[in-house]
Amino acid sequence: MQQAPRTNGFGRLIRDDEVHGSLYHDPAVFAEELEKIWYRIWIYVGHESEVPKAGDFVMKSIGPQPVIMTRDAAGTVHLLQNRCPHRGNQVCTEHRGNTRAFSCPFHNWTFALDGRLTAFAFADGYEGRDMSQLRLAPVPRVASHRGFVFGSFAAHGPSLAEHLGPAAETIDRLCDASPEGEIEITAGFLQHRVKSNWKFLTENEVDGYHPAFVHSSIFGVADSGIGALYGAKSTALCRDLGNGHTEIDLRPEFRRIGKPLGWFGTSPERLPDYVARMNRAYGPERARRIMIDGTPHVMIFPNLFIAEIQIFVLQALAADDTVQHVTALQLKGAPDMNRRLRQQTMGSVGPAGFLLADDSEMYERSQRGVAQRQPEWLFIGRGAHRERRDDNGLPVGHVTDEVPQRGIWRHYRRLMEAAPC
Amino acid sequence: MLMDADQEQVLRQVERFVYREARLQDEHRYAEWEALWTDDGVYWVPANGDDIDPEQQMSILYDNRSRIALRVRQLLSGRHYSQEPRSRLRHLVTNIEIVRRDGPETAVGCNVLVFESNLRGETLWGARTEYLLRATGDGLRMARKTVKLVNNDKPLYTLSFLI
Repeated sequence: MQQAPRTNGFGRLIRDDEVHGSLYHDPAVFAEELEKIWYRIWIYVGHESEVPKAGDFVMKSIGPQPVIMTRDAAGTVHLLQNRCPHRGNQVCTEHRGNTRAFSCPFHNWTFALDGRLTAFAFADGYEGRDMSQLRLAPVPRVASHRGFVFGSFAAHGPSLAEHLGPAAETIDRLCDASPEGEIEITAGFLQHRVKSNWKFLTENEVDGYHPAFVHSSIFGVADSGIGALYGAKSTALCRDLGNGHTEIDLRPEFRRIGKPLGWFGTSPERLPDYVARMNRAYGPERARRIMIDGTPHVMIFPNLFIAEIQIFVLQALAADDTVQHVTALQLKGAPDMNRRLRQQTMGSVGPAGFLLADDSEMYERSQRGVAQRQPEWLFIGRGAHRERRDDNGLPVGHVTDEVPQRGIWRHYRRLMEAAPC
Repeated sequence: MLMDADQEQVLRQVERFVYREARLQDEHRYAEWEALWTDDGVYWVPANGDDIDPEQQMSILYDNRSRIALRVRQLLSGRHYSQEPRSRLRHLVTNIEIVRRDGPETAVGCNVLVFESNLRGETLWGARTEYLLRATGDGLRMARKTVKLVNNDKPLYTLSFLI
């Protein structure tokens, strides 16, 4: 296995159009990523609709760290670490539920939904001690955009709005597909594990070069128009949104075709209730535009992939161990649409999904391949000669180009070369 | 409890069916396996527990008959890379019991352990498997097969073979 030549920093390992193989499998690199990425920048944790009522909680994660997302009586969403301040015991062992408090089974210390210690057994043993600092540790910063909750283990740093930048608009675009302007996460998550590095996944989510090959088995037997979107003649684009966020923008193809709900492989006649609600909510002209454009295909660095009809939440566990948490997007106020979203998602993704079984096979083969000694570098130069700026000054390329991968690695290098907190 | 001769005969018939189905899966005989389904067959592998509502919640696999056919066509395409090369498999099926008989239909429960070997390594899959078998002119057919994986609430590796 290659050892990363570290003396000159990450600039030695990341060039304009090449990255060093060790970045995918060296455990020392992964340990550094935890400190400089996963436990520092904004990481997507969960959606507010997963804890709709006061007292609701759901188990989430930031990289290898479990995080409990709760909603308190005042309606505020909290992110708490699952560790009793007394003897370190886990205070919550359920995936989800509703409770008035978390009670540690070891010595019966009890915590409110905001993490405060509210009761401890045999209190006279702590006479004269200030117990108010003992609590379930919160994730230091919590912020949300349109219900998407992010957490950061760094007490200080860029705001969520600064972090998201132009990527915030892609989430807004997603919410526009709901007649009530909101999405919900209610269908439960599949958990699909791969023996691969998280960056192979982050990069592949916006790799428009692979579908024609990796997914040919399903495009060939299903009546799917997806394949053509990623063909050599497609007018679709890929885009670097900055801060590591990237997207595949299929709107040019959908606008060229000009069929409402064509992006979803269906037509207004088949979803009359949804179309009527959209027309009422946005007016026929804007509703038609939204239904032609479809929902975004965006990778919000490092771990939230909005894939048109589902979301993936990537959880990095080790240099070669990653879990994809995936579920159907549900559009508030669109029951007929939501049923199809669930069915299509179930067919496509998760351990037995028509698409993700093969993506995941590629992730694992790449992981084994990259551990070979030669060539030391991976090449990400596709389309560099035709990369250009769009009207907003953002780098774009043909849908099959590697503009997103270059953007991800530029940002990764900045993060990894930053001074320790 | 003593079984009467009829019950004994049905159990033997069910065992023969279940063992054959397991062998067709192990040996990747996809077309023959597909022929074991009724026209209204449903193939279900729930996630996050054994009693979720598959119409509302995500399942690992929830195929109606046309999606079963699509799954088989993908497996037969030669380009479904998570099964090219194919997993080497052995299903061990035990504890077969008849749960209920209702006219032409027999509900069956059993325990299953699958040993898989593929490019990643070796994986064990443990499950409670339930069948709803229907007597037809061609013998027993599967109207419903539910595979309740023991660890379906945890992250799972790719499951692209027929379980």
